[in-house]
Amino acid sequence: MRIALIDYRAGNLTSVKKAFAAIGADLFVPLQPGELADAGAVVVPGVGHFGATETLAVDWTDTIRRGIDAGRPLLGICLGMQWLYEGSAEAPGLKGLGLLSGQCYRLPGGSGATSVKIPHVGWNALDIQRPDSIVEGVASGSQVYFTHSFVAPITDETVAVTVHGQPFAAVVQRGRVAAVQFHPEKSGEVGLTILRNFLRLAES
Amino acid sequence: MLSKRIIACLDVRDGQVVKGINFEGLRSAGDPAELARRYNVEGIDELVILDITATLERRRALADTIRRVARELFIPLAVGGGIRSEDDAAAAVEAGADKVSLNTAALSNPSLVTTLARRYGSQAVVVAIDAKHAGNGFAVYARSGQAAADRDAVEWAREAEDRGAGEILLTSIDRDGTKVGFDCVMNAAVSSAVSIPVIASGGAGALDHFVDVFTEGRADAALAASIFHYAETSVRSLKEHLQQHGIPVRLS
Repeated sequence: MRIALIDYRAGNLTSVKKAFAAIGADLFVPLQPGELADAGAVVVPGVGHFGATETLAVDWTDTIRRGIDAGRPLLGICLGMQWLYEGSAEAPGLKGLGLLSGQCYRLPGGSGATSVKIPHVGWNALDIQRPDSIVEGVASGSQVYFTHSFVAPITDETVAVTVHGQPFAAVVQRGRVAAVQFHPEKSGEVGLTILRNFLRLAES
Repeated sequence: MLSKRIIACLDVRDGQVVKGINFEGLRSAGDPAELARRYNVEGIDELVILDITATLERRRALADTIRRVARELFIPLAVGGGIRSEDDAAAAVEAGADKVSLNTAALSNPSLVTTLARRYGSQAVVVAIDAKHAGNGFAVYARSGQAAADRDAVEWAREAEDRGAGEILLTSIDRDGTKVGFDCVMNAAVSSAVSIPVIASGGAGALDHFVDVFTEGRADAALAASIFHYAETSVRSLKEHLQQHGIPVRLS
């Protein structure tokens, strides 16, 4: 089974490729949406600005959506997670995929003694709310590596939350679509476990 | 709660890890990939490879070192030393660096910070500042501490943030390699002035130095080299010590 890694030219895919290679996945980077027909599953990675997803909106959205409707598994990472929602305050007017309901927003830094730094950079804990297959074998409290300023809202589909000033959605799953706000490719053994869980989901 | 990060720095010359005192007097500390592996097992949160004698002909050697270190590591890896251009940064990123650290090049060409932040995202751009106490402020030095840059560390850190830097790596020239403790005064001044994370570096010699820099020094992360290389302190025992002092860390 081949997994398509979507490159929308926002940042660096080396680490994601390396991590999937380490767990034995067969990853390829399609150059145009038509090549997604060969993919058994799709990974939407991402760092940077929500505006970068405009490339996806134009070229890829319909193909990716049809794949999801047909039961093709998808994993969104960081910005790739935020893109699954309706939109983001980071790029008002630009639509996300709209698969999950809600708008992404900037984490408030707060003020005074309770203030936190934004961007949220570093290792923080997953508080698992609703065990699902993407977090199988991951203990609540496990730490993973984040680097972001914007977050997705907490909904019924949220699997795990993380607290930085206030709680936000760290992991979400709906059926064969899963997404994580952190970087599993940079989160040591916990991250690799989550990638293996996605691989198993894709192969099931 | 966000953990305070412990970062190990590998100062690399000719493919070997070396470490000096006050930026001089280097001695060898071993193979970078081997050290990286050991730190990873002990629970290091992040690694920095600093090519301390980066020259054009050694660029390929550096890429090999990055590749060897990155191969089996799934934690953030930053690379610095001799990154002067977008091409230099691209070579480091392609070899497996998640972040590039700019020092002298950012001082002489601040727009490089913005260029790289646009290309790779701010999270991939670290501005490294080498500074020491001077009067009421902190004088910034370029070229591995050799050339006064005529900038103040607080003001330069603010500018770096405005230009798109995702983190500041602040090294105390006064404390580097001395093991007398981090410069908490300088670190707190810079950390309070910016909203991006500040990594404190220079002077780690005892477990309590890390407690100090995470409290009075207001550091988001602390970087050390020699304290780990010669196995004086394991990463794990350091983190246990921090946890006992109420500082949030990642213990796996």
